[in-house]
Amino acid sequence: MALFGSAAAGAIGYIYWQTNVLLARQLEQTIEAETRGLAEQYRAGGISNLTKTVSNRSLTPGNSLYLVTDNEGRRITGNLTSVSKILWNSVGRVEFVYKRPSQNGPEDRLALASVFRLPGGFRLIVGRDIEDRRVFQRVVRSAFFIGLGFMALVGLGGGWLVSRGLLARIDAVTATGRTIMEGDLTGRVPVNGSGDELDRLSINLNAMLDRIEQLMAGMQEVSDNIAHDLKTPLNRLRNRAEAALHEHGDAKSYRDALERTIEEADGLIKTFNALLSIARLEAGTAGKAKNEIDAGALIQDFVELYEPTAEDKNMSLTAKVADDVHLKGDRQLIGQALANLIDNAIKYGGSKKGGKIEVTAGDTGQTVEFSVSDTGPGIPEKDRERVLKRFVRLEESRSRPGSGLGLSLVAAVARLYGGSVRVEDNKPGLRMVLSLPHKTNHNGVSRTQ
Amino acid sequence: MRVLIIEDDSETAAFLAKALKEAGHVPDHAADGEAGLALAESQVHDVLIVDRMLPKRDGLSVISQLRENGIQTPALILSALGEVDDRVKGLRAGGDDYLTKPYSFSELLARIEALARRTSPEEAVTKYKVDDLELDRLTHKVTRSGQQILLQPREFRLLEYLMKHAGQVVTRTMLLEHVWDYHFDPQTNVIDVHISRLRAKIDKEFDKPLLHTVRGVGYSIRADGA
Repeated sequence: MALFGSAAAGAIGYIYWQTNVLLARQLEQTIEAETRGLAEQYRAGGISNLTKTVSNRSLTPGNSLYLVTDNEGRRITGNLTSVSKILWNSVGRVEFVYKRPSQNGPEDRLALASVFRLPGGFRLIVGRDIEDRRVFQRVVRSAFFIGLGFMALVGLGGGWLVSRGLLARIDAVTATGRTIMEGDLTGRVPVNGSGDELDRLSINLNAMLDRIEQLMAGMQEVSDNIAHDLKTPLNRLRNRAEAALHEHGDAKSYRDALERTIEEADGLIKTFNALLSIARLEAGTAGKAKNEIDAGALIQDFVELYEPTAEDKNMSLTAKVADDVHLKGDRQLIGQALANLIDNAIKYGGSKKGGKIEVTAGDTGQTVEFSVSDTGPGIPEKDRERVLKRFVRLEESRSRPGSGLGLSLVAAVARLYGGSVRVEDNKPGLRMVLSLPHKTNHNGVSRTQ
Repeated sequence: MRVLIIEDDSETAAFLAKALKEAGHVPDHAADGEAGLALAESQVHDVLIVDRMLPKRDGLSVISQLRENGIQTPALILSALGEVDDRVKGLRAGGDDYLTKPYSFSELLARIEALARRTSPEEAVTKYKVDDLELDRLTHKVTRSGQQILLQPREFRLLEYLMKHAGQVVTRTMLLEHVWDYHFDPQTNVIDVHISRLRAKIDKEFDKPLLHTVRGVGYSIRADGA
């Protein structure tokens, strides 16, 4: 503000000063030229010639002032009545005040004149009235100061208003920050929709807060899950070890107890690993590998891997793949998701008589869709959303081994790559569809739930 | 077999050393990266077991430094980080195998025995033979007592891997990794079913079983019946 003010004042002052200098120089040059002309007339035609010309010029109204005197200072001709002795005695340019008659009596006016000594003791004084210019200068100068004062006032006032608004908005951000630090993650920075820098900052801060809240909710869920579903097997493990210790059995029973303990521990480790994998997928820190995946080959791999297992349960496992279905992504991750789906179909998708499992891969144009369909009991409509959540096991499956994390991992893989999992009715049976974009953008950050 | 354990947790190291001794191996121990590097450089070992996070110098850096110095002793990396990305990083640094904590000792033993075998100068072997079972890697022909056995391509690779490590224990995850090239835990015992099919083909008609199940660990192909 001060900087702008001084720059403006400087510029105006400079222009004012330059104009003044220019005007003064012009005036001086005019006076100089006229004096020279008149002196020329004197040299050519003597005092009478000069007197005649000066008398003529004195009659024309205007700002021009003339005076011709003899060597005693007596006036011969001219529109100036008298001049002071000092002026009369000086040589060259001189500023002086003279009296000019007006409606309100004689008034003092400023003039600039040149005093020229002619041969023979005569003096020639040629001048211009510069009172008007002085008045003009005074007007400009006062306008300048008034203007400057006004500008300073408006500038300071405006600046204060603007900064008060800005600071209020920054205070709002600070307040939100404080709310969040106090543990309320729902606080958001107000957005006024103006789209200016602060608004954009607020929008980004809010997006960041959304993401943090989401992650915190995920963490909360994981710790809840750990409390519920890991404590139970841990407790079982502990009880078994304790019981074995109190039993006083033989070497074989100890051995059996130890083996069961290790089995239980292995189960726990598996669950733990699965949980960690899901957490990493949800945090977007895993699955960064980008392999070119041939969906057909991938499906063949898993059908071949699980086929004997399916056959043991009297189920058929077949693959059906459209030609040339390709996508980019982490082969291990997508493979594991597919394995989990097939595994589930084998575990829960059969009936006493057996069943049919069909694995397909197709290209819908935007996405690659893997599906695993079985002819088993299916999942009731009300539970379809729920089964994708961590540790959710439907009543019918509770008695069988499993952690309840298989489908959560499939869902996490889909979310990581910006795809989706659909739980559908195969009429009869269950149809699970994993839909992934061709180029699985690793979008751990921008995804929304 | 001389095994160098580079592990900072003294209890884990002591447990590993004791278990390795019981399995008939000679363990050495270093408690940090620098000491491990010095020991691996100054003495000859058959296998290194390297913890990934070590004081003074991390495990991956120890291995890559060794490789830079021309020491090719096979190394098994132990890590709490189990993701594929980390695994790839470990193998790229010059590690030969990767095991995620927590692991079972039998899995670790099976893997280091397989690693030590890998360096033996028999890469050019084209035929494996266990008792009267023969496998030709070039013609893909498998015979037992001179009788040809027809195998599916995957069954062939399964048998090939088992016979390459004849006499050693091979775990289910090792099989999934090397025969199928997938690095995750299958939820069910898919591998077992493949093994039982293979067993039906190579053992069923014969008096002496060669493909043995090692309870709680994995499988082993060997001539002695035990």
